Amino acid sequence: MAFAEDGNGGRPDRAPLSHKLWPLVRGTVMTLSSIAVTLLGLLFVTFIIGRVMPIDPVLAIVGERASQETYNEVYLQLGLDKPLLVQFFYYLWDVLHLDFGISLLNARPVSEDIARVFPATLELATIGIIIGVVLGVPLGVLAAVRKGSWIDQVARVLALVGYSMPIFWLGLMGLLVFYGILGWVGGPGRVGIFYIDVVPSVTGLILVDALLDGNWDVFKDAFSHIILPASLLGYYSLAYVSRMTRSFMLEQLSAEYVTTARVKGMSEWDVVWKHAFKNIRVQLITVIALSYAGLLEGSVLTEIIFSWPGIGSYITTALLSADMNAVLGGTVVVGLIFILLNIFSDLLYKVFDPRAK
Amino acid sequence: MNALNKLLTSAAIGLAVGVTSFSAVAETPANMLVIAHRIDDVTTVDPAESFEFAGSDISRNVYGRLVNLDPADLAAGYQPDLAESWEVSEDGKSITFTMREGVKFHSGNPVTAEDAAFSLQRAVILNKTPAFILTQFGFTPENATETIKADGNTLTITTDKKYATSFVLNCLTATIGGIVDKAVVMANEVDGDMGNTWLKTNSAGSGPYILNSWKPNESVTLTSNPEYYGGAPAMERVIVRHVTESASQRLLLERGDIDIARNLNPEDIAGVMSADGVKVDDELKGRLMYLALNQKHPVLSKPEVRQAFKYLIDYEGMRDSFLKGQYTIHQNFLPATYLGASEENPFSYNIEKAKELLAAAGVEGLEVEIGVREAQERIEIGQAFQNAAAQAGIKVNITVGTAKQILARYRARELDVYLGAWGPDYPDPQTNAGTFAYNPDNSDEANATGLLAWRTGWDAGGLTEKVEAAVTEGDREKRVQMYLDIQEEFREISPFVMMFQQIEQSALRDNVANWSTGQAVTAAAYWQVTK
Repeated sequence: MAFAEDGNGGRPDRAPLSHKLWPLVRGTVMTLSSIAVTLLGLLFVTFIIGRVMPIDPVLAIVGERASQETYNEVYLQLGLDKPLLVQFFYYLWDVLHLDFGISLLNARPVSEDIARVFPATLELATIGIIIGVVLGVPLGVLAAVRKGSWIDQVARVLALVGYSMPIFWLGLMGLLVFYGILGWVGGPGRVGIFYIDVVPSVTGLILVDALLDGNWDVFKDAFSHIILPASLLGYYSLAYVSRMTRSFMLEQLSAEYVTTARVKGMSEWDVVWKHAFKNIRVQLITVIALSYAGLLEGSVLTEIIFSWPGIGSYITTALLSADMNAVLGGTVVVGLIFILLNIFSDLLYKVFDPRAK
Repeated sequence: MNALNKLLTSAAIGLAVGVTSFSAVAETPANMLVIAHRIDDVTTVDPAESFEFAGSDISRNVYGRLVNLDPADLAAGYQPDLAESWEVSEDGKSITFTMREGVKFHSGNPVTAEDAAFSLQRAVILNKTPAFILTQFGFTPENATETIKADGNTLTITTDKKYATSFVLNCLTATIGGIVDKAVVMANEVDGDMGNTWLKTNSAGSGPYILNSWKPNESVTLTSNPEYYGGAPAMERVIVRHVTESASQRLLLERGDIDIARNLNPEDIAGVMSADGVKVDDELKGRLMYLALNQKHPVLSKPEVRQAFKYLIDYEGMRDSFLKGQYTIHQNFLPATYLGASEENPFSYNIEKAKELLAAAGVEGLEVEIGVREAQERIEIGQAFQNAAAQAGIKVNITVGTAKQILARYRARELDVYLGAWGPDYPDPQTNAGTFAYNPDNSDEANATGLLAWRTGWDAGGLTEKVEAAVTEGDREKRVQMYLDIQEEFREISPFVMMFQQIEQSALRDNVANWSTGQAVTAAAYWQVTK
C-alpha cells in the first residue's frame, strides 16, 4: 500500500518542521531588515537635512554675543569639525545604544524628553482616532447606503468642512465656544491648576495614571481638558475616514455579488454589514492606520492652541531652536511609529483577508 | 501662522466676545498666582548657567543675592539682600560684604559668607555662558579662590583693577549673582561638576520661593518660602504655564483661569482692554531695535550719510502702526530705566533733511543691502525704511534670512546695513556701552565679534576711552553724567541708528496688584504681588 510504503502510519504527507519554520524565519528577518533599512535611511536623511539647513546649533547654545573663542570651543565640542559621514556614524552608534544624546537647549537626555512628551500625544491621538473611527465608519457606510439622501449630504458637508477649515481656526473657535462661553470643557493644558502634579506619573497617560491612583477628580478634570482637542482631531479623522468608507462601500455595493445577495432575499443589514462591509475592512485598516499615524506624529497646531506638551510641539520647538539632537530623536520615534503601524496593518490584513496569508 | 491668520483669529474672537459674554468667570485662589507665559527658552535653572528671560524669572524668585533690586522701587538701584552692608577698600579694588544674620536656605541650612564665596567661585570656575559678567572683573578659574574669599561673616572680592562700585554691584544683581546652598549642591556633585547637572533642574536657594518643578515647555511651579527673611510672600503658590498662543492666553485670562497673560499680541491687548475685570500693565524692557551701517562701506562711512540715515526712519509712523504698544521711540544705546540712560530723541522723519545731507556728501544713486532676520516686526521695519530711503534716492535691497545666515554675515562685517535687536546682559550701563561704543582694535585680525562696534567696522575713537573711564568712576552721579555725555556724542557720530525700545504689555486680572516684570534691568518678581 502506498500509505504503508510511505512509512508514516497512514497519516497525510507532512513537510519537515524546518521547512515550515523557514518561511516564518525568512519573513521575520525580511521584516526586521526592512525596518532597519528604513530607519537607517530616515536617520541619514534627517541627519543630513539637520546639518545643511540654515540654522546654527552653536549659535543656539552660545548666543549671538559670544566671542569667537567660545563659539569655536562649542563647535569642537559638538564634533562639527569632523566630516559629515563621521558625525553620522558617531550618531548612529549612540542611537544603537538607545542614546539620542542630550538636548542642546534644556540639557536633558532626549530620550527622557520623548518619554515625557510622547504619552501626551499618544493619549490625545488615541482618543481622537477612536472618535474618528466610531463616528466616521458608520457615517461613511450610511452615506453610501443612502447615497444622495440627507445623510449623505450631511456627511459630505462634514467632510468638506473637515478638509477645508484650518485646524487652527476651528480649535480656537472650539475653545471660545465650549470653554470660553459655555464652560463645558477645561481650557488649554492637560489638567487644571489644582491638579498639576497631583497624581504620580506612571505611564505618562494622565487618564490612566489618574485611574491607577484611584483619583476620580483628576480623571474628570483631565477628561474635560482632553475631550475638546481629541474631538477636534477626531473630527479631522472622521472627515477622512467617512469619505473613504463611503467610497469603498459604494464600490462594493455596485458589485454583482451584492445584487445577487439582494435578489436571493438577504436582508439589507446582512448585505451591507456581512457582505459589503466585510470586503472593505482591509482597505479601511490602511486608512485608519495612516490616520492614526498622522495623529501620533503630533498635531503641532492643535498642541500649540491647547498648550498640549506633545511630540509635535516638542519637535517643532526643537527645530526652531536648532536643537538637532531633539529633532533627530523625535523623528526617529515618529518614523518608528509609522513602521510599526504598517507592520500592524499587515498583520491585520492576514486576519481579515485569507488571500494575504 | 502668518500675520493674516493671527489677525483674522483675533478679529473673530473679538467679534465673538463682543456679541456674547463668557460663562461664569472662574477665579484663581486668593493665595495662588497663575501666569501664562512662553517658557520654552528655559534651558537650565542653575544661576551659574541660566541666561534666558524665563529662566531669569525663576532665579530671581528662588535665589537671594548679595545685593538685589527691589521690585517696588527699581529706580533706587541695588539694595542690600543677603549682604547687609559693604565696604570698599581705599584702592577701590576690594569690596567686603557683611552677611545678613539669621537667613536660612530652603534646606534649613544657614546662609553664610562661605556659601556666598562658593557660589561666586563656582560661577567663575564653571565658566558657563553668563560667566563673563563676573570674569570681566579679572576673576579666573585659577584665581577664584584667592580673589573671592570668606572670612567669618564677611566676604571679600578683589578685582584686577579699580572699577566703579556701582558697576560691580549692579553685576552682582544679575542671575549669576544667585547664592546657592553649598552643602546641598556639593552633595549632588557628579564627576566634579560642582552640582551643575543637578542644579539644572533643581534649586538650592534662600529666596522667597522654592522651585517645586520645572517641566520644559509645560510649567514651572513654585511654593512660597515661609522662612523668607523678608516675610512670607502673599502668593503661596505660583504656577507659570507654558501657553504659546496669544489667543489661548487671552481666553484663559478672560475666563479667569489665569491671573496674568504675558504674551498677548497687539490685537489681543486691544481686545482685553475693553474686557471686564482685566487691566493692562506696560513696562519698558531692555531690547533695542537699531540699524548698523557698515563703516567698511565707502559711502556709508561718510559722516553726512550716517546722519542722513537717522532722518530716514519714520519713528512715529512705525510706533503708531505695526509696533503700536510693543515699542516706543528710543534713540540711545542705553535702554530707558538704566543708570545714566538718556531720554533725548533728537531725530525725526525728515526726507528733505536727509536729501540735503546726502547731497552735501556728494552721494548719488546709492544702492545698499540690508540684512533682516525673518521676524515679522523686523521685516516690516525694513520695508518702511526701504520705502523712505527710496524717496531720498537710495535703493535698499532687503535680504531676509535666518539668524544663522544674517548674523554670520554681520559678524563677518559683510552686510552693508544690519537691522538688529539687542538686549542688555546685566543691569549696568557698561553692558551696552561696552559693545556699542567700545572698540579698542578695529582691525579684521582682532576678530572681536562680541562687540557691535567691531561688527560694524567702526573705530569708536575717543568713545572707547570714555567708556573705559566710566567703568572706573567711583562717584555714581559723575558716572551718570559720563554716560549721558557718551550717549550724546554717540547719537551724533555713530553709525548706529537707534530706533525703538521694547515695551512688555502684561494683561492682568484687576485684583492683581504690585506686578513687576523687572523693567529693562531685571526679571519678574512674584513675592510682592497681592490679590
